[in-house]
Amino acid sequence: MKLDTSGLESAAPLFGVTSELVDGFSSAPSFELPVTTDFDGFQKEAIQMVKPARGTTTLAFIFKEGVMVAADSRASMGGYISSQSVKKIIEINPYMLGTMAGGAADCQFWHRNLGIKCRLHELANKRRISVTGASKLLANILYSYRGMGLSVGTMIAGWDETGPGLYYVDSEGGRLKGTRFSVGSGSPYAYGVLDSGYRYDLSIEEAAELARRAIYHATFRDGASGGVASVYYVGPNGWKKLSGDDVGELHYKYYPVMPSTVEQEMVEVAGA
Amino acid sequence: MARYDRAITVFSPDGHLFQVEYALEAVRKGNAAVGVRGTDVVVLGVEKKSTAKLQDARSVRKIVSLDDHIALVCAGLKADARVLVNRARIECQSHRLTVEDPVTVEYITRYIAGLQQKYTQSGGVRPFGLSTLIVGFDPYTGVPSLYQTDPSGAFSAWKANATGRNSNSMREFLEKNYKETSGQETVKLAIRALLEVVESGGKNIEIAVMTKEHGLRQLEEAEIDAIVAEIEAEKAAAEAAKKAPPKET
Repeated sequence: MKLDTSGLESAAPLFGVTSELVDGFSSAPSFELPVTTDFDGFQKEAIQMVKPARGTTTLAFIFKEGVMVAADSRASMGGYISSQSVKKIIEINPYMLGTMAGGAADCQFWHRNLGIKCRLHELANKRRISVTGASKLLANILYSYRGMGLSVGTMIAGWDETGPGLYYVDSEGGRLKGTRFSVGSGSPYAYGVLDSGYRYDLSIEEAAELARRAIYHATFRDGASGGVASVYYVGPNGWKKLSGDDVGELHYKYYPVMPSTVEQEMVEVAGA
Repeated sequence: MARYDRAITVFSPDGHLFQVEYALEAVRKGNAAVGVRGTDVVVLGVEKKSTAKLQDARSVRKIVSLDDHIALVCAGLKADARVLVNRARIECQSHRLTVEDPVTVEYITRYIAGLQQKYTQSGGVRPFGLSTLIVGFDPYTGVPSLYQTDPSGAFSAWKANATGRNSNSMREFLEKNYKETSGQETVKLAIRALLEVVESGGKNIEIAVMTKEHGLRQLEEAEIDAIVAEIEAEKAAAEAAKKAPPKET
């Protein structure tokens, strides 16, 4: 008895299957494979090349009032900062958010695709999809593309019938349920601030400030993170963007320049 | 007309799909089955044709469960029923796997009806010759539901319905006597509807009750006999009250 695996089926082609005979509607788009002696090695190299270091900092945590989601906005290509204003928090639908870490195109595309699937679920079943269900749909898709070079490290945060929900989903096919996550090259720094300041019974303002500080500190130490620290709040009525502060300005807000006592003053010397 | 009833995929000039209508005939020859929705229970009942002496009665269960919170009874071809039920059970588990949630009654009804419809629009196959009554509770809201599907693939929700042999008389009885009930009253209503068309007695009726807390429970023959006795007593009392002239004018 075969289990129905249509939800797990890959839309991408199996290796080496290119056939003009196969009807275009039923087969997945296929491409020609490169001619090499060591295809596996070539594949591994390609994946390593594509696998970016996920230059970013994103974080999310559940607290008494809901879920707080925050991210920076820098995109880097190696040492070049390609953009300081990337939207890394993706609005899947009015009550669910996704964060972007890894390949920007991969994250954007698959989050939009997830939004479509969530909407279809709503229309078919006359009720919203749960955060559990949405994250599972995304995880199943990413799992079916495992090993093909997708780079996605995302958190799905939302509020459903069972309350606030937070899941971490990545392109290796992993999916974790949790209360505190941070993803990206700046995540160790963000974790430091987040974990030491976290309490379940924070108020919304306190939680937003904690998230903002954590992102700021990560951008301070991590070269691949920077730009604007965006903070979103997900509550029973959906998500709301709370703030978007330039991290340079945040720095001077947290560590204002103190006027120091002048030791020596330079005086105009009258022409000798 | 004979030319238009061989293949399922051929419409007749006046818009009939004869194979589907013949499938409905097969349903009308099947066992009488009834379903009633109460406020906190759902009840399924089916007529039990007397089992042969050497037959193991336990292997002919007519009321089956699709998942912990969903049950189904069908009228029509039993072999088709087995296949359909298996597919539905797989879909229930597959849904749990992909969205980590149990199915709603409406979802699985839609799936079964979709399956039945698929077999009315493919070449070389015939429709499933059965109608189903599907009952269950919504996994989150706890609301009870009763749905019916038929060989054409249509489905709808009902407060109470009957299918199979003499379903029209049962449905008429239900329409006349249906009230919002709960618990034992719902069971009694289902049995009374069945008794309209089935010989009285616990060994001719199979009843299953589903509640949110305890899931599906098949009633024992003795229990059914007791309720039937109650019903007969009530009927007799009502008859007597009608016949005797009123004491006060």
